[in-house]
Formats: sequence, C-alpha cells, structure tokens
Amino acid sequence: MKRILPFLKRYWGVLRRPSVHYSLGALTLGGFIAGIIFWGGFNTALEATNTEAFCISCHEMENNVYMEIKETIHYSNRSGVRATCPDCHVPHEWTDKIARKMQASKEVWGKIFGTINTREKFLEKRRELAEHEWARLKANDSLECRNCHDYEYMDFTRQSPRAAKFHSRSLGTGEATCIDCHKGIAHRLPDMRGVPGW
Amino acid sequence: MKRLLPLPLLLVLGFAIAADAPYPLDAPAPDGRRPGGTLTEEFTPPPLRDEENKDLRRERNYPEQPPTIPHAVRNYQIDINGNRCLACHSREASARTQAPMISITHFNDRDGQTLGTVSPRRYFCMQCHVPQHDVEPLVGNDFKDIDTLLYHESTSEEDE
Repeated sequence: MKRILPFLKRYWGVLRRPSVHYSLGALTLGGFIAGIIFWGGFNTALEATNTEAFCISCHEMENNVYMEIKETIHYSNRSGVRATCPDCHVPHEWTDKIARKMQASKEVWGKIFGTINTREKFLEKRRELAEHEWARLKANDSLECRNCHDYEYMDFTRQSPRAAKFHSRSLGTGEATCIDCHKGIAHRLPDMRGVPGW
Repeated sequence: MKRLLPLPLLLVLGFAIAADAPYPLDAPAPDGRRPGGTLTEEFTPPPLRDEENKDLRRERNYPEQPPTIPHAVRNYQIDINGNRCLACHSREASARTQAPMISITHFNDRDGQTLGTVSPRRYFCMQCHVPQHDVEPLVGNDFKDIDTLLYHESTSEEDE
C-alpha cells in the first residue's frame, strides 16, 4: 500500500495537469474518434459472437445440438424463415445481452477444459444444461420465443382446436409460459424423469 | 512388360464378366404400390402430405383396432429419455390435458401381470397408433365392419 499510494498520486497529477503539447481540439477530436473506433469494435466483436457460424465453430455445438435442430421446424420449413442459435439463446435487449454474455464466460471455461468435448460427456451433462435453459426461459417469460411468437397476434381459428384450447386456457391467462409445454422443440430432450408435465 | 500384363488381363476379364452376366444389369424392380422401374431409373416420389390435425376421434373399424391419432405428431420424441405422447395421455396427465388416457391393457406385461404404469412392450405408441393423411388409399379395400355384416345377414334372412 505504501508503494502504491505515491504511484497513484503521480498519475492523478498527470491526469489533472492541463496538456502541454496537444491542443484541446486535438484531444477532444482524438478522444471522439477513438471512442467511435473502440465502441464500434466492441459491438462488432460482440455481434460476431452472436452468429450461428460462431456457435458451431465448436464441435460441441456443431455435432450435438446443431445436428438436432436440423430436423425441426425451426430449421427447415415451408416458408424458409428460420431461427438461428442466438435468436433463442441470446436476449435481444442490450443489457440482457451483456448479462448473458458475461454468463457465457463459463462456457469458455467449459470449452477450454473440455467439459462436454465428447458425446458421452455431453449426454451426461445434458439434463443440467437443459435445466439452465428452461430456468432462463421460465424466468424471462419465454422472451426469446415471444420475439417471434406473439400471443396477441395468434389466430386461434388457424390453430388446431387442441392448440387453441391450451393457448387460451394456459398462455392467455399467464398461468404458463411457452417453455412449460414446449420443451424439446428444437433439440432432443434429456432424461425427463421428474420434470413436471412429463 | 511384366508390370503391364495385369492391365489387358483385367480388360479381357472385365469384358467376359460383363458379357456373361446371366441377369440383366439394369434389372427391373417389381411394381408395388408405386411403379418399380429399374435400377438406373429414378421416379419423383409422390408429395408428402400434412398429417390430419382435426382433433376429432375417428371410428374404429373393429373393436380391437388401435385408435388412429387425430392430431399432428411431427417430431414427437419417444425414447429412453421421455415419451411425448404420455406427457398428455398418461393416467396422471389425462385430467390436466383432457386427452384420453391410455387403456389399462397397456399396463399388462407379456405374462399378464398388471404393472403400475405403461408396460415396456407398449411404450412405443406409434408401433400401433398412427396419424392419418388426407389422401386417396393406394390399395382398394372392401372391408365391412361387424354391424354391416350382421345387418346384411338379418335382412337377407327376412327376404327368404
């Protein structure tokens, strides 16, 4: 502490002293441009990690979950509108997105130490991983589903009678959220013993 | 020269095999419900139809017929991890979902022992229960159900 304090004091002095060599204009303009570059760079890098290509650059994602979504309606359907990984797994709002990205540092840890680097390890951990996603979607009221599937615009006459009944009875009243019933719509399910509704 | 010997040998042998094949190389396949064609022919398969999804129970043609599924079941997972059908049709879920409960016969194992839940041999629903498609039947059928037969018999007796 004794050695750090004078060090800090010196830098505080440098920061407080007016610039000698550079004009105010150069400093503000330089700061502005540097700000744009840094912020732009940060956001570009952030968005680069928010693409499917980035997700499946790891074999853990490509060989397991990506292969599974390929069979589902969220990948291949008559109109060609599809959901990519971040559409469902990363919040679209900026603050939530940053929060999720910070959580994802654990996934980097997992990648480095190979927590799910074989099919067997993945299957063993699958229930835990699935439960994280169910809990996340339950907590935010299935926000990522609702980014596309909005209850307000559901046409019950175009749904099967069964679907219309359930949606009006459970979803409309707020009694349940999408993930309560629609588990395993994009990936295969883990062992479902003890999961409510299964 | 010695190294080149296998080449003409192969050529001659190849011709001999090709010429002597006792069967047509482009063999025709039998015509089944669709034309069989030959090995090299390729037909466009008929378009896939959506499963009928009206949620209306269908009549059984005979009492033991496994009821057909009146709704879409695309991508339903039925494996060691879970059974999507039972998520609604099991005893515990049927009140919540108002789906018909699977019959108690599904609880019997092959020794006639009644188990507490669905027996492993009846676990794979779609081995017997199948969804239906709104298409013309490929094969004709003049099956008459028992009521029609009995009615026919009684009326023909009266005629005599």
